Amino acid sequence: MERIEEELEDESALELPTEPMRLNMGPSHPAMHGTIRMVLDLDGEIIKDVDIQPGYLHRGFEKSCERGTWAQVYPYADRLNYVSPMLNNVGFSLAVEKLIGITVPERCAYYRVILGELARIADHLTCNGAGAMELGAFTPFLWFLKVRDWIWDILERETGARMTHSFGRIGGMAKPPTETLKQDVLDILPQVEKVLLEAEGMLLRNRIFIDRTQGIGILKKDLAIEMGVTGAMLRSTGVDYDVRKAHPYSLYERFDFEVPIGHDGDNYDRFLVRTEEMRQSMRILEQAVAQMPDDGPINVEDVRIMMPPKDQVYNTIEGTIAHFKLVMEGLKPPVGEVYSYTEAGNGDMGFYIVSDGSGTPYRVRCRPPCFINLAICRDMLLDEMIADIVPTFGSVNMIGGECDR
Amino acid sequence: MSVAVLARLQAEFGAKILETSSFRGDDEAIVAPSDWAAVAAFLRADSELVMDHFIDITAIDYPERTPQLPRFDVVLLVRSMSKNHRVRLKTRVQDGEELDTLVPVWRGANWTEREVFDMFGIRFRGHPDMRRILLYEEFVGYPLRKDYPIDKTQPLIEYRKEDNLEKLPPFGPTEGQPWNRIDWQARLEGRDMQVSPAIAVQQGQKHALSESSARAEGKPLPDEIPGKN
Repeated sequence: MERIEEELEDESALELPTEPMRLNMGPSHPAMHGTIRMVLDLDGEIIKDVDIQPGYLHRGFEKSCERGTWAQVYPYADRLNYVSPMLNNVGFSLAVEKLIGITVPERCAYYRVILGELARIADHLTCNGAGAMELGAFTPFLWFLKVRDWIWDILERETGARMTHSFGRIGGMAKPPTETLKQDVLDILPQVEKVLLEAEGMLLRNRIFIDRTQGIGILKKDLAIEMGVTGAMLRSTGVDYDVRKAHPYSLYERFDFEVPIGHDGDNYDRFLVRTEEMRQSMRILEQAVAQMPDDGPINVEDVRIMMPPKDQVYNTIEGTIAHFKLVMEGLKPPVGEVYSYTEAGNGDMGFYIVSDGSGTPYRVRCRPPCFINLAICRDMLLDEMIADIVPTFGSVNMIGGECDR
Repeated sequence: MSVAVLARLQAEFGAKILETSSFRGDDEAIVAPSDWAAVAAFLRADSELVMDHFIDITAIDYPERTPQLPRFDVVLLVRSMSKNHRVRLKTRVQDGEELDTLVPVWRGANWTEREVFDMFGIRFRGHPDMRRILLYEEFVGYPLRKDYPIDKTQPLIEYRKEDNLEKLPPFGPTEGQPWNRIDWQARLEGRDMQVSPAIAVQQGQKHALSESSARAEGKPLPDEIPGKN
């Protein structure tokens, strides 16, 4: 916020003797998405020091992964970034596929791109909408959530669940795309664009919104790189790093899209970068829908990796055994360790997985983008006003499930 | 491009690079804990490598390979923004052995090193703020070690003692707020007036809010002061 600078004849007359006050913000606070605690040292309304304490949503994701099969990680992965679970599913699938050394059929890769980009739009809509709502703009928030529900309707038709799909599989997807998928996506895109324009009209020239976002929470480029910041937050500082461009995976090299970057790295830029990324996602969606073949295999045809079709399970001994082995022992990747990374809603979501050759993961490390993005929040908040925490923290888009795992 | 990173490291450090591998295209170099910080600093500073983008630090526990090899693998992942290449640097430390911190090299290592300490109990020498990050201070054990049972129950912990409470913002009836910090002892003994005013009155307790403290101390309330009206 803008500080009120008044011309005073004798400033010392109005100065009250103050000493730094310590204030707890969170862990249960409307502006602290999920649960997070900030211990602030305040001088008046100026933040002199802040200690950010995550961990209130820690559920032991990495430990839990070490007791089931590889396929049983999916429900946990869903609950990392629960705003865009499909991206986590795809990220984990790609990691295990890299470890095994397989690539999925082309149709599956397109399917993953389509579902993933829909999830990315939903993710950015939530972030921007919630950010605007916290500044008092309730209407765009409702519009954004309306659009998000349309997207979730598509995802529900495809996967059977609105949020926690658990739809990814190692070597494919749980189900082939429905027949109406392409038409559904094409139908929704113009409406998403329309709502985006409407909401931009409400916000981008709004004095309140500009005052509370422009020049607030500035992140410097060099510091951001050194701190490992990724995703929209890094791009808002002017670095054109997007995993989809820099290290294309899942056929992203076939799509024609831009990487939007910001200039100042403030809250306003982060809002604009996310908005523009939604437009680019829509471009990718249009191309993916046009390119995706209508028939062809979705899953790799290897019964050591994917479940055999049900008629084989019920009618042949080979199918029954393959099914039994996959369910009871799980698939067994080779011994080794790989790091695989994808562009998730918040940035570079990596899975560092270690296999000891058995059916149970030896170690699944999730590199949580927003945990690492949050570490820089202290530098962005120092010497700002206490009211600036709300938009700055909102634009970091901390998702508790992913940050605390 | 990818082999060049390992070749460059080997050219610079020679035998200090204990092992290299490129499983599935992931370049990996293993160094001794004593060379950890020096190799990391070289990765960052070298003009051919320029690993300026910090990615992650994590650890893996191998209790069964001791004593042939140290128990923990500590893994550093970094990439170069300009050259667009990555490397995985790994070292092996014993239980209880301290490792040099990488915070002076990449500031982003701060929280991830704290997480490694939190989950594995590996301490980093020279780290500016070596506290637990995801778990609480009183947590017993290190959960991602393989010998930590997944269903282990943690002991209940005492309320923390907060020094200089007066420095905290005003809170409670005497400071003009209608609620107070919960006095659990009073609640157990039935003296608490904060649960619900109606229940409190039924039980013969006095009103909550700010007058309660006055009553508790036996002072007359403002409307009971004789001669006021």
